[in-house]
Amino acid sequence: MSLFEAQNVTKQFGDFKALDDVSISVPAQCIYGLLGPNGAGKTTLIRIINQITGPDSGNLYLNGKKLTPEDVLAIGYLPEERGLYRKMKVGEQALYFAQLKGLSKAEAMKRLKYWFRKLDIVDWWGKKVEELSKGMQQKVQFITTILHEPKLIIFDEPFTGFDPVNANLIKNEILFLRERGATIIFSTHIMASVEELCDNITLINKGKTILEGSVSEIREKWAGKEYELVFQGDVKLRENGNFTILSQNTEDGKSFIRLNTISGISTNEILHDVIKSGNIISFNPALPSMNEIFIRVVESRN
Amino acid sequence: MNKVSVIIKREYLSRVKKRSFIIMTILAPLLMACLVIVMPLVMMSGSTDFKKIAVIQDGTTEFENVITDTKDEDFVYLQGADINYIVKNLDSLGYYGALYISPLSLNEPILYSKKQPGIGLLDHISGALEKEIEKSKLLDYNIQNLDSILKQIRTNVNPVTKIVDQEGKSTETSQGVAMVLAYIGGFLMYMLVFMFGAQVMRGVIEEKTSRVVEVIVSSVKPVQLMMGKIIGIALVGLTQFMIWVLLTMGTVAVLRGTVLKKADITEMTQTITKSVMDQSQSNAQVPAVKTTTQLSPQLAEMSRLLDNAMNLNWPLIIFAFIFYFITGYLLYASVFAAIGSAVDNETETQQFMLPVTIPIILALMVAMGTMQNPDSPLAFWFSIIPLTSPIVMMARIPFIVPAWQIILSMGIMIITFLAFVWMAAKVYRTGILMYGKKTSWKEMWKWLRYSG
Repeated sequence: MSLFEAQNVTKQFGDFKALDDVSISVPAQCIYGLLGPNGAGKTTLIRIINQITGPDSGNLYLNGKKLTPEDVLAIGYLPEERGLYRKMKVGEQALYFAQLKGLSKAEAMKRLKYWFRKLDIVDWWGKKVEELSKGMQQKVQFITTILHEPKLIIFDEPFTGFDPVNANLIKNEILFLRERGATIIFSTHIMASVEELCDNITLINKGKTILEGSVSEIREKWAGKEYELVFQGDVKLRENGNFTILSQNTEDGKSFIRLNTISGISTNEILHDVIKSGNIISFNPALPSMNEIFIRVVESRN
Repeated sequence: MNKVSVIIKREYLSRVKKRSFIIMTILAPLLMACLVIVMPLVMMSGSTDFKKIAVIQDGTTEFENVITDTKDEDFVYLQGADINYIVKNLDSLGYYGALYISPLSLNEPILYSKKQPGIGLLDHISGALEKEIEKSKLLDYNIQNLDSILKQIRTNVNPVTKIVDQEGKSTETSQGVAMVLAYIGGFLMYMLVFMFGAQVMRGVIEEKTSRVVEVIVSSVKPVQLMMGKIIGIALVGLTQFMIWVLLTMGTVAVLRGTVLKKADITEMTQTITKSVMDQSQSNAQVPAVKTTTQLSPQLAEMSRLLDNAMNLNWPLIIFAFIFYFITGYLLYASVFAAIGSAVDNETETQQFMLPVTIPIILALMVAMGTMQNPDSPLAFWFSIIPLTSPIVMMARIPFIVPAWQIILSMGIMIITFLAFVWMAAKVYRTGILMYGKKTSWKEMWKWLRYSG
């Protein structure tokens, strides 16, 4: 069952159609990637989910019920353009945001202590935000986003501004949150992190959905006719009428070869062609990276 | 807990705890108190700037000792001295200036001096000479006992105004008190609305540029954030204002006990403190400005003024002040909030500030004119039009305004401020999330029509 659903959402600013009949369905406890080039309408969709703006038409459901203003308490949102009050102390500020999300002061205090310890930022409690580095501020913001234990968490580019160590720390926290039952919408341009984290994705371009589904399914679907062969030892293949060679190289005593098959040729025929060339270690359909899919899909639409 | 109150609390505390706020709050009343005490002191002593003025009459002695000495000026009559010589050597002879009176041009005596003389001095000279010339002209009519007749006919007219109500009962009022009150009321309103309104705008810009706003509006409605800010800042202003009144009173009291020794000054400051006390008791503006210029011989007149002040319709004035302050502040503050939301930084606010400033300046100007003629059509219309009515109506009320006009003005004011808050909230909601776009009035008008 989906935890969150948006049906046929349309939003227009003057003459500009930011979202045109977009639908997404986010399964519970899943990490859902919201992808798309700049200006595709991702931020508008996220703002609509957060009820910062309303859609011109279309319906939104949380847990199968129509989204109500009270539901903001069940949603956590880390915007891409994030900021804190510069002159305010870190602790005070975190408390303030927690109270805006409906937590009592005592409860907020208790949870903040836990999280500040967990992310190792206890010492910054009394410091002003302007004294912190960007990465430190990001950590504070991460905490304020999840403190009220939202069922649905929306991260817009959560890794920007983090060094690799802290990015990994945050990634693990995100996985941990899902483990504990949260559903996560994850908007990013970094396709590597999509492959790593996301279960499902929707790709939006120019206000329209152009690709959606589970990451593995999409990659398989786009894998098409490319295969990756690994041979023992130094092996060179020759192209024939059934396939063309995209790349081949030898590393650590193994040969990695990528083939593109001519349509209508079955995998058995290919195997038959190459089986005498050497000792095959593996034969797999070559999955295109999300990055390739992203570029190909967007470019084909433009 | 209610979210708006959380926002109000933050807006309030974050400002009140600022060092600049604390410094301003403590320093301003000290300065004010010094002004209240020192100004009259300077006015009374004045000996530091003592002036000697030579009076030279060309071929006449008619004006000998006519111009009397004042606190600041001594007039030295030099018989048959050479005007050119004196004028050339003003400094070495120790004169501030030289007055040259010639029978050929009696109406235009010449005052030579190194610096531009003050209006007070010129008035003093012309007053004395005019009287003497008039007297000498009267003398030509050969009236007997002219001096005593002149003394007898000297009069001083101070019209007493009495307002008659429907039952024909009359109350003595004072134009002066009403005017001072109108002036203070109008000006205070202007100060408060503008100062706090601009603070609201700065707060909104700060939230927008620091990008903190998007996180907040994902928790609360934009209009809640806007109203929380507007109310929080109003409370900061009221806090500051209260502290100022208390500290000013305290400082005046302390200074009176220590610094000031002269009896007449003590007497005078007592009146000032008394009027300040009255002011705080009635929670409005008894003419403190007026009292500072009153000197001890005029204490009787003072108390009459105060009595008259008590005859004004204080409950109405206080109610109107509070009403117009709240609605006027909400109206302008919401416009300021909308402007703040539409720009990316403070320098961009210029183009929007002018149209907002014009009604306020206009209102202040009309309010000044109102004191001359409180029932003019101009005053009437400006006290009905909501953008100017908080200031103009406040200036009119001490002069007694028909009830229907007050009700009409307040009714329109309520409708307008609600409409403005509503429109500002719509513009604000869109504006705070718009970056990098030069915003125009037209653009803001478009935002008004975006759906929620």
